[in-house]
Amino acid sequence: MSSYSITEPSKPQKWIAGSLVIAYALITLMPLLWIIATGFKSPADSIAYPPKVFFTPTLEGYVNLFTTRTRQTAEFLAANPPQTWYAEIVAKYDMVIAGPSRFGERFLNSVIIGFGSTFLSIFLGTLAAYAFSRFKVPLKDDLLFFILSTRMMPPIAVAIPIFLMFRQLGLSDTHLGMILLYTAVNLSLSVWLLKGFIDEIPQEYEEAALIDGYTRFQAFYKVVLPQAATGIASTAIFCLIFAWNEYAFAVLLTSGNAQTAPPFIPTIIGTAGQDWPAVAAGATLFLMPVMVFTILLRKHLLRGITFGAVRK
Amino acid sequence: MAQIRIENLRKEFGSFTAVQASTFTVEDGEFFMLLGPSGCGKTTTLRMMAGLELPTSGTIHIDGEEVAQKPASQRDIAFVFQMFALYPHMNVGKNISYPLRAQGVPKPEIQARVMEVAKILGIENILDKPVGGLSGGDRQRVALGRAIVRRPKAFFMDEPLGALDAGFREHMAEELRALHDRMGATTVYVTHDQLEAMQMGDKIVVMNHGVVEQFGVPQDIYDWPATLFVASFIGSPPMNVLRFEGSLAAGDRQLVLADARIDLPELREGLQGGLALGVRPENVLFDDTSAYRGRITATEYLGTTQIVTLATPHGEIKARLAASAPAKAGDTVGLRFDARKLTLFGTETGRALRSAGNEKVLAHG
Repeated sequence: MSSYSITEPSKPQKWIAGSLVIAYALITLMPLLWIIATGFKSPADSIAYPPKVFFTPTLEGYVNLFTTRTRQTAEFLAANPPQTWYAEIVAKYDMVIAGPSRFGERFLNSVIIGFGSTFLSIFLGTLAAYAFSRFKVPLKDDLLFFILSTRMMPPIAVAIPIFLMFRQLGLSDTHLGMILLYTAVNLSLSVWLLKGFIDEIPQEYEEAALIDGYTRFQAFYKVVLPQAATGIASTAIFCLIFAWNEYAFAVLLTSGNAQTAPPFIPTIIGTAGQDWPAVAAGATLFLMPVMVFTILLRKHLLRGITFGAVRK
Repeated sequence: MAQIRIENLRKEFGSFTAVQASTFTVEDGEFFMLLGPSGCGKTTTLRMMAGLELPTSGTIHIDGEEVAQKPASQRDIAFVFQMFALYPHMNVGKNISYPLRAQGVPKPEIQARVMEVAKILGIENILDKPVGGLSGGDRQRVALGRAIVRRPKAFFMDEPLGALDAGFREHMAEELRALHDRMGATTVYVTHDQLEAMQMGDKIVVMNHGVVEQFGVPQDIYDWPATLFVASFIGSPPMNVLRFEGSLAAGDRQLVLADARIDLPELREGLQGGLALGVRPENVLFDDTSAYRGRITATEYLGTTQIVTLATPHGEIKARLAASAPAKAGDTVGLRFDARKLTLFGTETGRALRSAGNEKVLAHG
């Protein structure tokens, strides 16, 4: 007879729990793994039926993603043999590389706008949440409700007025415009989440710092901020994911200058045949920053997602 | 170190008055207790003294300087919180040195002072540890260390032993008092525990509903309560209160209760109407010659003493007797009250009548 324990699961229980977690992880990871795999297929393999699980990997998708190409005659190609490994890949299809594509630029736009608006949402959100948490703000409850109410409709419902306002203000197709827009959408989430986290931090810590000779602001950034790190990290992830993935406003408000990656990636499909490997390569690269950001902060996220219930 | 003078201090939160017109003085080097039940305004008073709350009106002088409207950081005082409020993201040494770093004290001096404090508190060996894993006692010592290290004008402590378990509290209370005696620092200490207040304090302020009920040394407060509230709040079991209707005049030395004559300290003022006789359990004596009778309903054995509960014509009272005194439930006995230690109260106002016994105490209370 083995003894019964409340906290320590038995071996079969552990085994069942383990397999369930692995099975669930596989199911959720499947689309992701498929995208990553497709990025390394040749165009023919990517549309093969039945789908190919095993294939010869190639960087064609990535080369196509980062370049623009033109078709050339066999004579031209014979006269100008490809100088680089990527030119060689393209040459198989009787093409030469005409120049870089705009993917790099669009990707950089996404980074600037995504991280910029996340930083701004967190910066403003933390200050507002601290004020709501600690000070007697007149009409506090009404203001908090008002802030939350900005999320009670899909943001795209106000697309037309925003489009007109942006045109009037010269914010259309600018980085600043997109940063402001995503910040406006995220701010209510960040204020509410962060207020919850800051409420959890006992006020005595700041009072101790005030008595130890620090000003209110010093107490805020030396004592409150380090303790709110968990909440700030998880709120930042939520904000970044929204801003990074946002598609509708990006299509509507950006074109030449500040276009982000989401509206750009579908345009890769192209006119001559559907270049799925290039699309998958773009999607894979596009996933990376959020993934890296989340992995870096995952220790905080795991604790933060319980909304401070298990602090201390 | 400094004297602290509180005058007409008042604090309102909206329509609720937390503290009304408190006045008292903490002398230089005193261990001063703010005592009262929860919600009586003692913590609010302390927080106003520390600068964590701004008073609605009134003045606070620390070392002769008026500080009522100054921020906490400019008052040069230290505060020990009930939950210690150690900075969780710093280790023990950093916690203790934090106030010095705020003042911009040079590094070598910080080192020396932290070591000195750690030695006093016996925590040299845990300076590098994070505060998270510390025991309650060590947290308390670190919190004290953070207070001592800056050599402030005064120490304010808000129920610092409240978070410790009973056995350890006793020990920490002694340690705290010994520390105070060694450093001679003015200390204001908030507690709801009357035993703690009596045991540690040089002087006690008893507060209730935002009002200072009495202010004085522990013996005076115990022997000569100024109000019915103090009488029933201090002491375990508390003072017996025998309520009756009657009339007493200045100069009276006797009182008739249930046909029995009871000797009193000579009264300095009289009153007609609702009265109450206050008598501590240890001043209730068995005396078969007395006409005042009571029936024993219960006895509690406490080792050296016993608490005897009696039913009398004026309700239930408790007597503290030697454990060896014969007392059996059901017996009827004669009761005598020690005439030197009796207090009369007007039940309307709840205030003690002045008598030969308490006039000195009430004069400065």
